[in-house]
Amino acid sequence: MMLQRKFTPLRTALVAIAAFGFASAANAAGGEAIHYDRHDWTYGGVKGQFDPIQLRRGFQVYQEVCAACHGLERVRFRNLVEPGGPQFDEEAVKTLATEWPNQIVDGPNDEGEMFERPAKLSDILKGPYKNAKEARAAQGGAYPPDLSLMTRARNIHTDAPWYIHVPLMMRDIITGYQEGGSDYVYSLLIGYEDEPADFELSEGMNYNKYFAGHQIAMAQPIPEEGAVEYQENAGAKMSMKQNAEDVTAFLAWAADPSLNSRKQLGWSVLIYLLITTLLLYFAKKRIWKRIKH
Amino acid sequence: MTADVEDPERRDVLVVAASAFAAVGAASVIWPFIDQMNPDAGALALASTEIDLTPINEGQAITVMWRGKPVFIRHRTAAEVEEAKKVPVDDLPDPVARNENNPGSPATDENRTLAGHEKWLVMVGICTHLGCIPKGQSLSDTKGEYGGWFCPCHGSHYDTSGRIRKGPAPRNLDVPPYTFVSDSKIRIG
Amino acid sequence: MSSHESSYEPKSATAKWWDERLPLPRLMNDQFIDFPTPRNLNYLWTFGGILTFCLVAQVVTGIVLAMHYNSTAADAFNSVDRIRRDVNFGWLIQPIHAVGGSMFFLAVYLHMFRGIYYGSYRAPREILWILGVFIFLAMMATAFMGYALPWGQMSFWAVTVITNLFSSLDQLIPGLGTSIVQWLWGGYSVSGTTLNRFFSLHYLLPFVIFGLVILHIWALHVCGQNNPSGVEIKTKSDSVPMYPYAIAKDAFALFAFLIIFAWFVLFLPDYLGHADNFIAADPLVTPPHIVPEWYFLPFYAILRAIPDKLGGVIAMFASIAILAFIPWLDRSPVRSTKYRPIYKWFFWLLVFTCLALGYLGAKPAEGTYVFWARVFTFYYFAHFLIVMPILGSMETPKSLPGSITESVLGKGGSKSHSSGLGGAPAGATAAPEDR
Repeated sequence: MMLQRKFTPLRTALVAIAAFGFASAANAAGGEAIHYDRHDWTYGGVKGQFDPIQLRRGFQVYQEVCAACHGLERVRFRNLVEPGGPQFDEEAVKTLATEWPNQIVDGPNDEGEMFERPAKLSDILKGPYKNAKEARAAQGGAYPPDLSLMTRARNIHTDAPWYIHVPLMMRDIITGYQEGGSDYVYSLLIGYEDEPADFELSEGMNYNKYFAGHQIAMAQPIPEEGAVEYQENAGAKMSMKQNAEDVTAFLAWAADPSLNSRKQLGWSVLIYLLITTLLLYFAKKRIWKRIKH
Repeated sequence: MTADVEDPERRDVLVVAASAFAAVGAASVIWPFIDQMNPDAGALALASTEIDLTPINEGQAITVMWRGKPVFIRHRTAAEVEEAKKVPVDDLPDPVARNENNPGSPATDENRTLAGHEKWLVMVGICTHLGCIPKGQSLSDTKGEYGGWFCPCHGSHYDTSGRIRKGPAPRNLDVPPYTFVSDSKIRIG
Repeated sequence: MSSHESSYEPKSATAKWWDERLPLPRLMNDQFIDFPTPRNLNYLWTFGGILTFCLVAQVVTGIVLAMHYNSTAADAFNSVDRIRRDVNFGWLIQPIHAVGGSMFFLAVYLHMFRGIYYGSYRAPREILWILGVFIFLAMMATAFMGYALPWGQMSFWAVTVITNLFSSLDQLIPGLGTSIVQWLWGGYSVSGTTLNRFFSLHYLLPFVIFGLVILHIWALHVCGQNNPSGVEIKTKSDSVPMYPYAIAKDAFALFAFLIIFAWFVLFLPDYLGHADNFIAADPLVTPPHIVPEWYFLPFYAILRAIPDKLGGVIAMFASIAILAFIPWLDRSPVRSTKYRPIYKWFFWLLVFTCLALGYLGAKPAEGTYVFWARVFTFYYFAHFLIVMPILGSMETPKSLPGSITESVLGKGGSKSHSSGLGGAPAGATAAPEDR
């Protein structure tokens, strides 16, 4: 009996975990696990919100660096004006739309032909290629993916041993960490370097510390000295890391434009639920006081 | 045991407050489920459309789609305007202008157009009888006895101001809400 | 329905009118207001109400999403994207549905483990338990087909992998497996045809679940709820009316559950999902790691633990089917694990096993992971086939309380409702709870 009280199942489990201590197995998909650093994002965590000024800088980087190859076809010009995003001026965006290099396919016209026309606010940000096959033909077999959902389509994984998983999960859940995609994209953009001596780089590929397999077809988009010069009132200065951070934030907005409303609603709902749960708890206690239990 | 159970009918403030809070939450959840059936952002974005008028010469007309409906835009000649102005309102089967920009006004030609732009006639191209699309937009179309539009389905005749003159249609062709954003561009809706 | 007298008295003329024609108010009163519930239930008994809420939430959000969803291969992914971006409150309703599926399984697993721990499957509740197994199966089918609908990479490849499993039947009867797989697919590979029929069935099955739930509640109300002591209600002092006592607890527990639900929906909507499902389905590109949603991971681990394809499929289905036999596999003289100190260890080992299998299901099927998956798969089956019958008949349980009232109030009227070892054993030796 005494023994039973001392060694409850829970205590035994904890002892077992400490005693067995699984070694971390090798990551599959060839070789060592890549370690990604976490970055501070204004929109990260439970209190996060997008910074519209950063999003505008990020859009500038997208437009000047990425749009040459990558589409953003789930985003519409009007989204650039709406609250929760970069919040550009509507007239400016209308002009931007008409001047956007990739026009919208429309038709058929009265001759029965499809034709191209300039974009309106309600149209998408068309990419440079009609479809993936045209993209591959132009890019030597590589496909520059559409970036509209990129920060949600990627994630970083922990390489910790199994018994660390639960505390890590708890940490992520409590802090509301969902920026794995942003951390990945940012790492990728700043992860270009010369390949190590013992690494065999294939023809036409580039070495990237953070890409799975370390060989990526995309050449370094943002060079060391930065790629996009910002205006005076843009709130930041050009640098590789600044450009990378800003465009990542912009892409995070493109992938999740309702983040601001969602997190704000989150707080209202949570406070309401906490109050109501507490009230219901005390109501339950009051009701159950009527009998012995 | 009745000894240790109090009267369960007694409702105290705490229980009432808790129930009220819970009920408020349940009620406020309903709105998103109702609102999701309203037109979504894509539909709302197409709720208004801008039309460039420069390619439309005098005497010509174009048809554009707006909210899924055809809209006739006619660049009227001076003669067409004159003819429309001469008609006394009392002679019209429908004396109301049917112009959303000027609701309830009588069907004078002035009230069928916007001030300062009497040459431009903008109307929803759906016959007010049973919904066919009247003929009269292109040069080769028959224009009916009043020089405007003619609905082939049941023989309604509209004049150069788009007003019903003869036939089963009860109302003049509707004029949608629109404004001139510049002299050569209108925004419908 | 249940064996107690109806205490409902229609008060108004309208109430009497209804009572003579369709006695719904009487039904409501007898089953959900005056219904005697054990007074010693703990919060693990609130999951029935929580699960009902989850079912309703999924159906309501699902019907609304179906107003905007397009089930063709070309537009499914785009339609879900449109819902998130353009539909009013779509950004809220879609994650409620997606996270809701996970919450549904979280609640059902806690509900099932409660049942195993307290012997709620024992006579006379065998049918209740088996209905539960069928509900669980229907939930799994619904969730599997639902996951296909966004038509992302994971959707497509999960369907491909799992439907391909049936081809293992070719080992039994040549050609049978392939025919079944093509019948499921509606073609020679997973395509829009498959997606369309999954949408139809995904819409249908929740209503089948609803019917099974009604039978489940009916079966429950015939014999009444189990309780932590495993001793049935004998006298009036053993129970309290469902309203307001159990309803008050259910309401509190539901809102506590909603805090977790809301936390994920509003702060972590993508956490329980997989990033690859934000990439549109591509039949020519296989994701590096195909994994199902977390609630299927233990079964996925069991599937991959067996080296033979057909063997793996059989083991996976057997791991669910075996649940239906628990009422007869458990040979213990008492219901509740509270009074089975040795079995308690094995119960928690079962819980650990399921968690371990879940962890292993997400790992690549290589090296040391495969070894441990096999160890835990063995224990999973051993628990039901070896531990339950053998330990059940060998272990001497602790003495049961004489009644629920006794377990709550103690023999001398003191408040003790945990170990049930209230005072001298006179008359309190375990009376084997047979039929």
